[in-house]
Amino acid sequence: MEHTTQPADRQNAVEVRGLLKHYGETKALDGVDLEVRRGTVLGVLGPNGAGKTTLVRVLSTLIRPDAGTAVVAGLDVLRQPRELRRVIGLTGQYASVDEKLSGRENLYMIGRLLDLPRRAARARAQELLERFSLTEAAGRAVGTYSGGMRRRLDLAASMIGRPAVLYLDEPTTGLDPRTRNEVWSEVRALAREGTTVLLTTQYMEEAEQLADELTVFDRGRVIAGGGIDELKAKVGGRTLQIRPADPDELHRMVGALAQAGLSGIGGATADETGGLVNVPLLSDAQLTAVIGLLGERGFAIAGIDTHLPSLDEVFLAVTGQKSSSLRRPAGDGSGPENAFEGVAA
Amino acid sequence: MSAATTTGPTARPAAEGRIPPRAHLRHIGALTRRNLLQIKQDPQSMADAVLMPIVLTLLFVYVFGGAISGGGGVDAYVNYILPGLMAMGGLNIAMAVGTGVNTDMATGVMDRFRTMPVARSSVLIAKIVVETGRMLVSTAVLLCVGFLIGLSVGTSAPNVLAAVALSTVFGASLMWIFILIGLSLKTAQSVQGVAFLVLMPLQFGSSVFAPPETMPGWLESFTAYNPLSSLADAARALINGGPVADSVWKTLAWTAAITVVTAPLAVRKFRDKT
Repeated sequence: MEHTTQPADRQNAVEVRGLLKHYGETKALDGVDLEVRRGTVLGVLGPNGAGKTTLVRVLSTLIRPDAGTAVVAGLDVLRQPRELRRVIGLTGQYASVDEKLSGRENLYMIGRLLDLPRRAARARAQELLERFSLTEAAGRAVGTYSGGMRRRLDLAASMIGRPAVLYLDEPTTGLDPRTRNEVWSEVRALAREGTTVLLTTQYMEEAEQLADELTVFDRGRVIAGGGIDELKAKVGGRTLQIRPADPDELHRMVGALAQAGLSGIGGATADETGGLVNVPLLSDAQLTAVIGLLGERGFAIAGIDTHLPSLDEVFLAVTGQKSSSLRRPAGDGSGPENAFEGVAA
Repeated sequence: MSAATTTGPTARPAAEGRIPPRAHLRHIGALTRRNLLQIKQDPQSMADAVLMPIVLTLLFVYVFGGAISGGGGVDAYVNYILPGLMAMGGLNIAMAVGTGVNTDMATGVMDRFRTMPVARSSVLIAKIVVETGRMLVSTAVLLCVGFLIGLSVGTSAPNVLAAVALSTVFGASLMWIFILIGLSLKTAQSVQGVAFLVLMPLQFGSSVFAPPETMPGWLESFTAYNPLSSLADAARALINGGPVADSVWKTLAWTAAITVVTAPLAVRKFRDKT
């Protein structure tokens, strides 16, 4: 960070306590507590209507909560909104740049609105255009930009004031995979430089790629949180995957494991398409026991692997909600009309 | 932790007035520049300001002039219609403010401004500054066309300027109404639709195009209270000569009344929405 107004002793860049925001019957935020440690990326994961966007809008002073407190970069969101607006940046689901202006003019205007002197605003615009690979298109109206360029310009616009805390509200929703990778690498670079990032996403992969820690949202509540591995471990054990050298032995292998009746090992299953035997594990001792048993029985093994549950599986486990709904690209998830319909956790 | 401060739903955000006046001016400047660049990028958006007065003047003078002036000739009608068109010009431009505000709200740009240390009112003020400029351009074009086709000033240059100023001030007050409409409706198209519904009777049920004495009684009394009639009458008197005071005062009173009522409503609506 080049400069921020953050007190050096504060551990958390974002502290949220008991945040509540209801729209009629819909509880967009229903008592949310969360923290983002300074210099880290927190991924807020949840389906449409889970309250992610409402959270971001409260934290960026766009809406007021019904109750609760939020302190960002040491500033109270409710009491010091004007000071706070100097140290935050927001990139939403929709590009919030002026389509009729060129990329350069957009950045210059924002620099001026942030009270940079003319020359400094020009220099900062140029610097960010270079950084986000937009120099060639700098003079063109943003309306002619591709989706990825627009999103990059949006990120650049959020970075003009060198924010201490950056909110990214579903930054890659609607982008193609290549463009998504471009945005990801920019976000990683910002995080490396020490910007605290609060990222909302519906994509498991995105959270896994970018976030240091994860908070899972559903129906306005935090339903799980922690480090990604921690969360996975909490939700379920590992699965041991064994690939027999001869695919025809899949079922014999499953049968052998069932017969042996190793303690705590239930339900080994055959995955015929993958040519794998899956064995749910609860401990390392079980792993050794399974491999030992198969060796004793003379099975030829071509490969073994253990794998933690995917974030899809994590979500399924904590919400009882099918993960397919997470990728449904409908609505913006911000309004009460997007109330999340699903099975309660 | 300092997060222990509890804040109820009644607490208001810190006053925006704390943005220093110089910074406020700078913000308005940056946003005015933005609106000017928008016009530069999309020159067609100037068409209504430049072409409308030309088209309307030629249309009314040559199509209706002979009929309406009742034998007075086209030349006499030029001096009747032109101040009227001047009064009406502000309406169409003011409408553009409504659609502009609506578009800003619909895209994410407004959210961007609101997450920055910028007074929300500067967005509105910048828009009004630019549209007032557009109104002046439009009026200048109108006067040029008028002089080309035989408008003769019966008074003096300062009186003509006073007529321009009066039209502009009145037009600016109308902008608040359209900002209110722009903030209340969902799309720019619906803003335009509603605006036309409001504008058509105001424009034609006035002394802009024809003397109210020729209208049926009920319509004549409507035109008597129509602020556009007062403005048209005032502009006519200022350019052609004749008693000025009554219509000018009426116009100024309307301007003040419209501003006092709709500006706070528009600003409140804007605050609520933003």
